[in-house]
Amino acid sequence: MTPPLLALQGVTKRFPVPAPLLARLGAALGRPVPDRAVHAVEAVDLAVARGEALGLVGESGCGKSTLGRIAAGIATPTRGAVLLDGEPVRVAGRKRTTRVQMVFQDPYASLDPRMRVGETLAEGPLAHGLTRASEARATIADWLTRVGLDPAAADRFPHQFSGGQRQRVAIARALAMRPDLLVCDEPVASLDVSIQAQIVNLFLDLRRELGLTMVFISHDLGVVRHLCDRIAIMYLGRIVEIGPAAEIATAARHPYTRALLASVPRLVTEEGDAPVLEPIRGELPSPLDRPEGCPYRTRCPLAVPRCRTEPPRLRALGPVEVACHRAEEVEGL
Amino acid sequence: MTDEPTLAVADLRTHFSTRAGLVRAVDGVSFTLGRGEVLGLVGESGSGKSITGFSILGLVDPPGRIVGGSVRYQGRELVGLAPRDLRTLRGREVAMVFQDPMATLNPMLTVGRQMDLVLAAHGRVRGPERRARCLDLMTRLGIPAPESRLAAYPHELSGGLRQRVAIAVALLNRPSVVIADEPTTALDVSIQAQILREMIGLVRETGVAMVWISHDLAVVSSIAQRVAVMYAGRIVEDGPVRTVLRAPRHPYTRGLLDSLPARARPGEPLAPIPGTTPSLLARPEGCAFHPRCARATELCRTLDPERRESDGHGFRCHHPLEAA
Repeated sequence: MTPPLLALQGVTKRFPVPAPLLARLGAALGRPVPDRAVHAVEAVDLAVARGEALGLVGESGCGKSTLGRIAAGIATPTRGAVLLDGEPVRVAGRKRTTRVQMVFQDPYASLDPRMRVGETLAEGPLAHGLTRASEARATIADWLTRVGLDPAAADRFPHQFSGGQRQRVAIARALAMRPDLLVCDEPVASLDVSIQAQIVNLFLDLRRELGLTMVFISHDLGVVRHLCDRIAIMYLGRIVEIGPAAEIATAARHPYTRALLASVPRLVTEEGDAPVLEPIRGELPSPLDRPEGCPYRTRCPLAVPRCRTEPPRLRALGPVEVACHRAEEVEGL
Repeated sequence: MTDEPTLAVADLRTHFSTRAGLVRAVDGVSFTLGRGEVLGLVGESGSGKSITGFSILGLVDPPGRIVGGSVRYQGRELVGLAPRDLRTLRGREVAMVFQDPMATLNPMLTVGRQMDLVLAAHGRVRGPERRARCLDLMTRLGIPAPESRLAAYPHELSGGLRQRVAIAVALLNRPSVVIADEPTTALDVSIQAQILREMIGLVRETGVAMVWISHDLAVVSSIAQRVAVMYAGRIVEDGPVRTVLRAPRHPYTRGLLDSLPARARPGEPLAPIPGTTPSLLARPEGCAFHPRCARATELCRTLDPERRESDGHGFRCHHPLEAA
């Protein structure tokens, strides 16, 4: 078996939160300070094969963006390792490879407004010696064409493009670095539906033409199911279920995945009452104060005492892996 | 009760004079809304759907101006009404929910204090009853532990709770019409599902009429009875929501539906609408959609289509798709 292109091993990320004033005063008097930290990502193991597209799905605050940034090597995990082809992505606190690139939700924030698109696209490849100055212009023109833009776009500034075109520029910029792995964080979330479809098609084409490996972060299960081979569902910093996209979308085994799918509104075109949407009961716990045991147990209709005491680990169940003690009983939900 | 609709918008035009030229953001929008009815106002960015909502409430700031048309609320003309009279009406008869709840909420006041102020401003509920009214609405909107939320400041609440509080504020004075501008767009699906469910219930119980502005066809098909699809400042198609989404007559509506990933097999290319929405500074001649339309002919390039209607299903297109 060939090793995965991307491997995350036991990745944990905590963001320390400054102690409140009283606790700090107490510390000055010698009292112990409670350890306060947001557990953004907790002990995640993940492998992405070459050529595969993995979707990372979850609601706000589940840690999917943090995990994406760690996978892309632009954030350091508190614990754990990120390996690309067996080599660490970061060494001594710095990103050591150009083979992972990232595309963000807001291209306007990720493109320098004062640089022409051509300069932005050429900057990385020139700095890393991937392109010679004499060839840069031709290379840039090629990438712009590949993402569906006119090569003349190189002479324009980001504000002269529409939102969809700007996202194409951001994708071209990432691709010009010739990455093996592209991490995309909600790349179509702020685009109109018709434009979103254009960008989804672009990703499908690029995957086919370049054999790109992708980690695709999104809250939109529809888009992820369309683009990705596998889907990982995150809840409060953990992967609670992972498996082939079709399995997750139609036969999920984790109660949270089920609940998430049930709350997505469907396009209703038949007469009669709209299907009742089933919201997930309760509120999302604060990541500062995560429940012991299974993070989902406070909202789970299947929770039993064991869920409080024993955190479920990911285990194989049919074609998926699921972190739930009672996954076998989910069918009855 | 007369047959007068709760809200009747006719040929509404809101234009912005900018240095770059005249922007016809809303250019001849008409619709009516009856008691207990939800109209989904759908469109992409820049289609004019939000400005339509703001215009109804007289919330358009310069350089924007309502340059024509009428907005009648229970038979009373709102366009040209004195700002003072509009203020009395807003929040009491016609209320608005914004995409960002902080457009409604004051960060300096506790939730309880601002809800109380909203009730006091319109003076229809006496002091002791106000707290009960607030708690009742918060409970109905699925806000857990409403008592303790009254003492909280907006920043202490999650995004979903904040939006539910903003909706409660809009409903406090039991308005007859609510304009909701993308109220669930920024929220997670599970919170959205909860708000949609509570809103559907509230509309049934109270008979409030609602304009639900959204870009999300699935959301609109769950909550609205009728839909109006906007493109470049105009309603290009309108009618019963299920009929329109099942068998659209306008190629633009068809294009929106075909862009949805659910319409294609996973991994297969989607069918997006080619091109981009036109700049309102340079609205195409004739039918504004013709540069992106596969059915466009010379006629579409020169003559703006009038609205046609069959069985309450209206569309502005020279070459409509077949009826179902």
